[in-house]
Parts: sequence; C-alpha cells; structure tokens
Amino acid sequence: MKPARFDYVAPTNLDDALSALAAGGGEARALAGGQSLVPMLNFRLGGPATLVDLNAVDELAFVEPTEEGGLRLGAMARQQTLEHDPLVRIRAPLLAEAAPWIAHAQIRSRGTIGGSLAHADPAAELPALLMVLGAQARVARAARGSESGARIERASSLCDLYLGPFFTSLEADEILTEVEIPGLRVGEGTAFAELARRRGDYAIVGVAVRVRLGADGLCEDAAISLINAGPTPCLAEDAAAALLGEVPTPAAIANAAEIASLQCSPAADMHGSVAYRRHLVRVLTNRVLLRARGRARERVV
Amino acid sequence: MSDRRRWIGERVPRIEDARLLTGRAPFVDDWEPPGTLHVAFVRSNLPHAKILDIDTAAAAAHPGVAAIYTAEDLGALCCPGPVLVPPPPIEGAIFHARTPLPLAREIVRHQGEPLAMIVADSRYIAEDAAALVSVDLDALDAVVDLSTALNEGAPLVHSDLGSNLAAHVRQTKGDYEAAKSAADRVVARRFRYDRGVAAAIENRGVLAEWDARADRLRVWDTTQAPIPIRAAIASTLGLSEAQVRVIAPFIGGGFGPKVMFYAEEILIPWVAMQLGRPVKWIEDRYENFFATTQEREQLHESELALTEDGRILGVRDHFLHDSGAYDPYGLTVPINSQCTLLGPYRIPNYESEFRVVFTNKPMVTPVRGAGRQHGVFVMERLLDIAAKELGLDRLDIRAKNLLDPDEFPHNHEIIYQDSAPLTYDSGNYAPALAEAARLIGYHDFENERRAAAADGKRIGLGIVNYVEGTGIGPYEGARITVEPSGKVRAATGVGTQGQGHFTAFAQVVAEAVGVNPADVRIVTGDTSEFHWGTGTFASRGAVVAGNAFGAAAQAVREKILAHASEALEVSEEDLELVDGTARVRGAPDVSIALGELARRANPLRGAVKPGTEPGLEATSYFGPERGTTANGVHALIVAVDPETAMVDILRYVVVHDCGTVINPMIVEGQIHGGVALGIGNAFYEELTFDEFGGTTNASFMDYLLPTATDVPAIETAHMVTPSPLNPMGTKGVGEAGAIPVAAAFVQAVEDALREVAPTLELVDIPLSPGRLFEALQDAGEEA
Repeated sequence: MKPARFDYVAPTNLDDALSALAAGGGEARALAGGQSLVPMLNFRLGGPATLVDLNAVDELAFVEPTEEGGLRLGAMARQQTLEHDPLVRIRAPLLAEAAPWIAHAQIRSRGTIGGSLAHADPAAELPALLMVLGAQARVARAARGSESGARIERASSLCDLYLGPFFTSLEADEILTEVEIPGLRVGEGTAFAELARRRGDYAIVGVAVRVRLGADGLCEDAAISLINAGPTPCLAEDAAAALLGEVPTPAAIANAAEIASLQCSPAADMHGSVAYRRHLVRVLTNRVLLRARGRARERVV
Repeated sequence: MSDRRRWIGERVPRIEDARLLTGRAPFVDDWEPPGTLHVAFVRSNLPHAKILDIDTAAAAAHPGVAAIYTAEDLGALCCPGPVLVPPPPIEGAIFHARTPLPLAREIVRHQGEPLAMIVADSRYIAEDAAALVSVDLDALDAVVDLSTALNEGAPLVHSDLGSNLAAHVRQTKGDYEAAKSAADRVVARRFRYDRGVAAAIENRGVLAEWDARADRLRVWDTTQAPIPIRAAIASTLGLSEAQVRVIAPFIGGGFGPKVMFYAEEILIPWVAMQLGRPVKWIEDRYENFFATTQEREQLHESELALTEDGRILGVRDHFLHDSGAYDPYGLTVPINSQCTLLGPYRIPNYESEFRVVFTNKPMVTPVRGAGRQHGVFVMERLLDIAAKELGLDRLDIRAKNLLDPDEFPHNHEIIYQDSAPLTYDSGNYAPALAEAARLIGYHDFENERRAAAADGKRIGLGIVNYVEGTGIGPYEGARITVEPSGKVRAATGVGTQGQGHFTAFAQVVAEAVGVNPADVRIVTGDTSEFHWGTGTFASRGAVVAGNAFGAAAQAVREKILAHASEALEVSEEDLELVDGTARVRGAPDVSIALGELARRANPLRGAVKPGTEPGLEATSYFGPERGTTANGVHALIVAVDPETAMVDILRYVVVHDCGTVINPMIVEGQIHGGVALGIGNAFYEELTFDEFGGTTNASFMDYLLPTATDVPAIETAHMVTPSPLNPMGTKGVGEAGAIPVAAAFVQAVEDALREVAPTLELVDIPLSPGRLFEALQDAGEEA
C-alpha cells in the first residue's frame, strides 16, 4: 500500500499545467483533490510516471455567477463550496441539497468538482447532478505540434464526456477546467435522493431530477439522472419525456418512475442485486419527482 | 475494612486517556531504531495453488533490497506452527491439526498466504521489489462453499486427510429424541452466520532488534499475549527466555486475532538476528484482510422441542464451522457456539454436534464473541419462531424458561472451551429481562407502534437474552511494589489494547493500599516487567488479572501494616491506610508515609531479622477453577422503510450483569464498543468471496464498518450478581456487547414488518438492505 515511484510537478498556472501534462506523453496525470487518485496510487492501480498537481493553480478554484443567472464552477473548487456558498444555494439549490451526500466532510474539503467529474465513477454524485442541470464542461489542452496559440479549448456536454466506468472522452493531455450551469428558471424545481449503506458511502442508487411547470400546471421540461444505475452517470431520457406536456399527477410520476426503473442498466455488487437497484430507482424517482413538483409549484408565477 | 476508601465501583476517569488522546502513547510503529530495515511479503493472489516457481532474482538486484527469503531459505525454521489451544478432552472428539508454514512451500491454501519475504531499506522499496518477484502458481480447484466442502469429490485443502473434515465433536445432555417425542411442538430451521474481519484500527506489526553484544533480542509486537510469544520466539530461535524481551506497548485494538501466534512474529526476529539489524514489518490494511485471522462462517440445522405452553423440552443443533485453511486455535470457536446456545434457559435435553471444515479461506480464530453470537442467534431465533407458532408472547416464552436463582451452580453436563464442565456459577436472570423490557417500553410498545404507523413509519422491537462464559483460566499474576516516592508500581503479564487496564487495575490496587489510583502505575505487556501469564482474551482480564492484583495488593497491605505498626509502635488493628499514609485511627497526626515505609523496608546498612523479605512488594497469582458466567439482555427499536429495505436503529438498551463492577464507565465503554461491533456483524460487515475463493471486498470502501452515525446512543443498566469463583466477585464483560446484537436486530426488523410481510423469517446474518429486499420479495411470494 505504498505507491510506486513517480515524478511530481506543481505548476502555478493553467498553461504550465497543460504543458506539463502534454510533456508527460500520456504517462502524466493531473492530481486534483486526490481523494480517489491517491488511494489508487497506493494500491498501485495504474501508476502514472508524473503527477501534475493542480492544487496551486488558483485560477481554477472559483465559483462565479453568470449573467444569465447561472454559475461557473472552476475545476479546483472544493466540493464543500457547494455545501456552504450562499450563491450556490440560491442559483443551484440542487447542488447545495446534494453536497452533504458526497462522501464525508473531510473528503469534501479536499475533493474538487473537476476531479470528481473527470474520475467518472458511476457511483459519484456530481456527474449526475450537473447532468440533470444541463451543465456544459470546458476542456483545455496545450497546443500540439503545428497548432497556433498556447492553449486549445473546447466545450463538451456532460453526457458526451462519459464513455464508460472511469472512462471519459478527455484526452491524456486535456484538463477539464470548469463547468457552467444555467440558472434556475421560473416554475422549475429540483430534488435529489440517494440511498447509501452508511452516510458518506457511495450510493447504492441515487436520483436527481429537475422539472419545470408552466402556469397551466403542465410539465414543460424535465430531466432525471441516475447515480450508480448504469456504467456511466446517465439521464433517464424516456422517463423524463413521459412527463412532458402532462400534469405531473402521482400516476404520471409513478409512470415515469416505472420507465426509469425499466430502462436503467445497473450492475449487481455486494450491496445490491440488479433487481434491488431497479426497484430503488423506481422508489426514489417517484419520491424525488413528487418533491421537485412541489418545489416547482412554489416557483410558478 | 471500614477504613478503606472505595475505589472499586467508582467512575474513575481513564488514567491512560491523556496519553492516548494527545498522541503520547507509543505504538509499535512509533519505534524506529537507527538502521531499521523494512519488510514486505509477497503473498499468494490465488486461494489454492501448486507453487511451481518463485523467481526472486530481479527483486534481489533491486537497489535498496537487503535480503529475500522463500521457504527454501528458512531451513529448520520452515516447519508448521504450533497448535495454540489443544482441544478439550471430549469423548469421541476427532481433531486433525493442520497449521501453516511461515512461508508457503509446494501448496498455497488461502489467498494472502505468504510466499516470499523481502527486506529492504524502506517499505516503499520492499513493495517495489515485491512487484519484481515472479511467482508461477498452478491454480487448483478451491474449497469455497462450506455447505458442500464435505461432499464426496470436493477438492481437498489438505490432500493427506482424504476429506476436508478438521474436527467432529458431539456433546449431549439428557435424551433429545425422547424429549422430541414427548413434545407438543417441534420447530426446525436452518441458520447461517457469515464471515467478517476483526478490523482493529491498528493492524498487526512486529519490530525486532538483536543486540549482539548483550546477546539479547528485543521484540515490539502488537500481540494480546506477549508472554506466550516470548516463549515461542525463544524456543524456536534456540534462545533462553531471559534473552528475549517482548513488549506489547499500546495497541490499537485486539479483538482476538492478536492472540494468535503468526509466522511474522517468528520471521521478523529471525531476520533481525540473521542480518544484525533492526527489522520492522507493519501490516497494511489490505494485507490484514488475508494475513490476520478472521471471524467464522457457520451453518446450523437446529430444532427446538416444546410443550404447548412454551416450556423447552430439548434442543438439537447440528452445525458446520468454517475453520479456513488451517486450525491452529483448536476448537475454541465452535465449542463456544455449542455451549453459548444454551443461554439463560433451562434445557433438560441437548444434542449438539458440529463438524469443523477446512476451506481455502483465511484462518478462523476467535474474534470478540468468538462463536458465542452464533449460539445466541440460533437459540433466540428458535424461541421467536416457536412463540409465533404457539401464539405466545416472545417475552413470556423467554421468561418461562429462565433458570431460577436457586438453580446455581447449574451444570449443563457438557465441556466448555477451557476444558472444564460448563457450569454456570451464578445468575439472576428474570430481573434482568424484566428491567430491559421496562427500559425499552415493551409493555406499551403497541401504542408506540400505532402512533408511528399513523406517521407512516414501521417500527419494531427486539429483545433477547444471552449468557457468556468469561474469565477462564489458567491463571494470571501481578506484582505490586510501593516505591520510596510513595507511588505504587504494579505489573501484570497481560497485554492491553484499550480496555482501560491502567485505570481498572489501579482502582483495585488503590483500594487495598490506600492511595489514589493516579498514584498507581500499571505496567502491562512487557516480559521484562512480569513474565508469567497467558494474555488478554476470553473476557478474562478483570477477572483473572484483576483478582491477581487484588491478592497481591492485599499482601502488600499486610506488609505495610506490619512495618507501620513497628514504626509507629501501635498495633496493626489500630492503623488505617489513607491518602498514601499509614495512620492511627482517631489520631491522624500520628502517621507515616508509604514512601518512608518503603525506604525502611529496604535498609541499605545494618542487620535485618532472619527471614525478612525486602521492600513493600508482593507477587500473587490467581487461577479460577473454571470460568464465570456473565449475562444480559439487549433490546432495541428499529424503523424500517419497507419500500427501500433501509433500517434505522432508534433506541438500544442493554441490561447486563458482570458481577462486581470495578469501573462502571469502563464497563459501559466495553458494552458500547461491543454493540457497535455487533451492529457491524448484524447489518454491515460481510467478507465476500468469488466462486474461486478470492476475496472481493478487501478494503474499507466495500467492507463496511458501522461508523458513529450508524451506532445509536446506548442506554445501559447494571445488575450485580457476584461470582462465587473469585474474591472480588467479578465476571468478564469484554465481549458481551457483541454477542446478542444480531439476534435482537433481526427480531426487531421482523417485528417492524409483521403487517407488511407476516411470513418474513430472517435466518441469515449479516442482513443488508439488499438481502432484506430479497427476503421481502420471497415472503411476498409465499404470502
């Protein structure tokens, strides 16, 4: 449980970090909060030749409001920020509600938003939360070979980011630098629930939802994302679609929950069978949709 | 004696806590003599395999590696370890002893069995080198499933035995068959209790330093039993016991597995002597899941024969016990299960038979409770099921079968793990059950249930009894010395792993010699301070070492009084020992300090009377004729969400009786810790294996220990029925909290769901939300 030898660099700005990562030629990895990577190093699971420590890259540690009423979250913002920042509480109450469920307080004080998103654990909360909010990620890398300029940046929807368990579309020389989420709209309500064996554990199953109701009480928009109910964080698109244009009655909500349960693809492990996880997806989707509906109704003008 | 300030029974704050909480209490890994080398082991990743080749050449060439050893390099050291606990003399018992080699040769029999030992400048380098060792293993079919391990044609863990049977024991009392034929009702069920680990916060560790000039070996070891370890090291390495000092310093939890004598405890000292340098091995958490012994899986087929009104006529229990790959600890665990099943009940006829089975899993030895929880689980479940079938109240069926106070000593006519007959020394069971029922609100619970149901909550109550055999022999000793400073030094041989020995033993000494416990310096676990005794296990410290301290303290008291009588020229009867002085009753100004008496008792010049022993010092030993029996009742209330199968414990009540209580606060702490461990057993902890015998959850990410948020506040009540088997009247308490939890827990869960799933029967431990969901599905199909 001691890591193999590795080189270590601690750049103080993003361009240096990107250069260091590029210089590693696929053998370098970015170190964010280290709450998953360091245990993996200790278990000698895929030891990188170089660690590029981002903890001194201050320009990535921010939470900022956008003009559109949303938020920009820097990759190195700590997870605890979501719990305590009043701006987050107002503009993205779903993140504030769910943050206490992300591991333990000690881990949240080191763990980062970007680190969790890039780690791509299907049982992690943040990818699913940001997905249901319609977040866009920004990704940067150093210019390669003939490319001009120092830095190349691209945008990615979170759905496009995830390819498989612990497997993203990020290239070895890329760093996920920030995510941007739209603000909460009129008539919109969000809710989150997860079941874990112990407080702070990875979810057996978790569900995050967002619904928007029109003045007529019909559902104008809905999103449902599932935690640990498939190989990647995923949206239950058919379940959400079933609510569109409907009055979200208990029956309509139960129907959506049923669809989510049938269409998810959880794996079995020691904490629950496939059947148990599907069952929990139904129970939790039902519960959180009811809660989100109530919150949405309070925000209908 | 009326002059004594009562320290026994007081809530004296733990004397050791200041050191522990401020980081000044040394643990094995805190010592690092200059030039220390560090060890990492190459361990088998397969549970059962033929060793074809171990190539260490690349590892040996790695910079910083001092030495590498395989079984071939150990010479005479590579022989099977000892059977630590020979089986009790039970008629007809079969026992096949198979113990591991220090490093595996030819065959590996469980995952994690050590293949090679690497000694290097640092643990980092040792692990780098371990990755360079090329091990060629030819996988063999593994024995994984306990229920089929004895089948014809099963793979064999020890091929020379011709089967996987490690032991077979049958003990009977009365005539069960006759009881069964006379019974109105017979309840028969199968029960399963699965594996876990002890998960002490400190893993194991050994540091050895050979001093060639002094010709002495010093070993720091996380053992619960330093004196037997010293004997084993000395005899194996050809040293005199006087040349070997074993120090068990502060230890971060024992829970049983640290009583074992492990290969590392002989290899590390041996290497230190070979290389002439200090050598250290600190087990890491991953290793601990393989290299340290574990808890036990058992499968029971059990029957309870009763009259229509719920009187027990007899019990039959046949079970399989998984020993893992070897059985160095004899039959202690399954015999505990066999004997503890009887509980506080009057059971005239008992037929119990078990088979111990070798499997390709890590070794099983006692872990807190040590098989007792299995017996309690079986008996209490049978009573629950019988109560349902007979339409009786679960409290009534228990109360009706309790032994009465006038039935003690009560001989169960079978043999316990200490080789003595299972005879309960004393007990007063009915008031304990009634008190627990009162504290948990049993008689008003239906109102509580209805009120909760109105809020949409399903709550249930569980209440169970247990009896625990504790405080077994053979013996412990203590030496107490009053020093010229007036402080008292008191040493015993047992090791300490957080139990509060430095306080509880100090209270025993302080009361007899008239000092404050803070002025008593207790020394444990250092063979240079005290070298007779066996160790800390079987809930025996307070009973056996405690009474040895009591006897030595009484002897020192007599010496103090004799010297004080001479110094003050008054008769002993007129003296009292108060606040570190001997003084004349009614004339407190006429006094002499204990330190001054200690100086006078050790004159440096002049003559003494013939036969005089120097110093205010005494050494005493205590060995009980057999163990004491403690008892108690656990009761809890849970809330269950039938949709998610999640369970919350709302209240937890423990009424227990461990005889004379030395320090109620320490006893409560022991119970709290035990209940936490029991909650882990019942609902969180499970070691899982794949079909090939590989462990699939060897980390605390997937092996779930209950944390502070999962353990409720525990309400405790003390009852005191002193043991007649020792002068202080104490009984053991160290394991008690862990023993009945699973039985109480599943009863409460069933009770909470009785309207949702009236046919639900929980017969497997551990339960988990996933498993409860499946049981609910099954019960739904049946209903």
